[in-house]
Amino acid sequence: MEVSGLVKRYGSTVAVNGLDLTLDTSTVLALLGPNGAGKTTTVEVCEGFRSADGGEVRVLGLDPRRDGDRLRPRIGVMPQGGGGYPGVRPDEMLRLVAACAANPLDPAWLLDVLGLSSSVRTPYKRLSGGQQQRLSLACALVGRPELVFLDEPTAGMDPQARRLVWELVSALRADGVSVLLTTHLMDEAEALADHVVIVDAGRVVAQGSPAELTEHHADDRQLRFRARPGLDLTLLRDALPEGLQVREASRGTYLVHGNIDPQVLSTVTSWCAQQGVLAEELTVARRSLEDVFLELTGRELRS
Amino acid sequence: MTDSPSFAPGTFTPAPGRGKLGRMLLAQARTETVLTLRNGEQILLTLLIPVALLVAMSLMDVIPVPDPRVGSATARILALAVISSAFTGQAIALGFDRRYGVLKRLAATALPRWLLVTGRVVAALAVVAVQVVVIAVIALLLGWQPPSVTGLLWAVALIVLGTLTFGALGVLLGGALRAEIVLALANIVWFALLLIGGVALGVAALPAWLATVVDALPSAALALALHDAVVDGTAPDLGHVAVLVVWGVVAGALAVKTTKLS
Repeated sequence: MEVSGLVKRYGSTVAVNGLDLTLDTSTVLALLGPNGAGKTTTVEVCEGFRSADGGEVRVLGLDPRRDGDRLRPRIGVMPQGGGGYPGVRPDEMLRLVAACAANPLDPAWLLDVLGLSSSVRTPYKRLSGGQQQRLSLACALVGRPELVFLDEPTAGMDPQARRLVWELVSALRADGVSVLLTTHLMDEAEALADHVVIVDAGRVVAQGSPAELTEHHADDRQLRFRARPGLDLTLLRDALPEGLQVREASRGTYLVHGNIDPQVLSTVTSWCAQQGVLAEELTVARRSLEDVFLELTGRELRS
Repeated sequence: MTDSPSFAPGTFTPAPGRGKLGRMLLAQARTETVLTLRNGEQILLTLLIPVALLVAMSLMDVIPVPDPRVGSATARILALAVISSAFTGQAIALGFDRRYGVLKRLAATALPRWLLVTGRVVAALAVVAVQVVVIAVIALLLGWQPPSVTGLLWAVALIVLGTLTFGALGVLLGGALRAEIVLALANIVWFALLLIGGVALGVAALPAWLATVVDALPSAALALALHDAVVDGTAPDLGHVAVLVVWGVVAGALAVKTTKLS
């Protein structure tokens, strides 16, 4: 799949502003960004639901708008928020979608795998958000597609169901299926994707493998601890080497940013001892994708 | 990433392709028919109210109905049944189907768009067929004298035409507005057509100025045309057929432009 220079406007709002993407066969690409970044719009253009205002989109060598009838049998789509008749039972819905495919997976097996066997008689509108999501995922996979679009696949799911989705995505990739997923969860992108594309305000702000994106800032670590709020940090600032920043990020939570080496850790703990403060939950961590995002956009991801 | 232990390798190996057209059509039409017939509110609207009115109009003298009483009532109730399911029922179902994202869900499968529409039409006709059978049986029990074969064939043709026309109007209403607004409008229009649209009350019972307007409504056209076929056993007045066709074509053309998937 190849997207270059994609532009999409809604009235005077530019939702996607010159976006490029490449998804290779049997890899997982994660579009990561806050709500309103243009992720869903991008996916819907690739699925053929929306037309592009500019740029070039080829999916499996086809134009999703013009060749939609040839493309759709080859892809699996999990739209954001799912989809089903209000009164339909999960097995009826999945069997209907399975009937649209030439070589579908066994619907009963898939419902069982996704933990929906016990709710086969519950109408769609009375399923929980997580159950609707799981049914939607089943609908995306039942036709044995080559390429799967998952828009916020784990939204509204409990941790156990999320784990299952992660396992499914890994299995898809291992079996040669390509996956484009959107998420605003860092750990999801880090755990699943071969390639992460960070988008904000319709543009790509960074991309690479999760390792590349975080490695780039390898000497940039973060020391974090909790202590009594409102400590005077002047002495600590003086004691730390140049280039390190200290602040009380939120009440009682202190952060030290920069090149954290053993000496810095020792300096911080000595200062705590001098202040008569027991530092709790003291951790030193590599910068996560979350921090990378914050640095690139100046915004929290979960906005 | 590690290979998942829960899934045997090759479980999801791609084998894409479109299902057979006939199977897709059957699956969609069957699902939608079953959903309608399982929905209590739809049953009330499409079967219980028409049947209750048929019995009332045939046995009681509350509404002026020309003789033969049961036959005239049957013609009008058949028209009401078509309006109930093809217009009101369809509009409400479509409004909520859009709300729950099913159109988008189905549009993302291999189902071609034209088949998606065809499946809905087939399901609507299937539901009308069930209504017609129930109403005909009850009418016979009430003493309805069926007309000639010509009349019956015309009745079937008119019911199909009425379903398409009111179905197009239902899609026009249900395909563009919010589900709650669709629900309110579809019921109000149904009630208005029932009372003054030439369905329960014949056009002849209305004041002259109103009758002129009502004559041009598809509800009156269907009821009067069905009267010709069901009671007189003759071909319907072509003017009524023309009214139905014009409403259907205009509504269908507009609906193609205004209907949204979600």
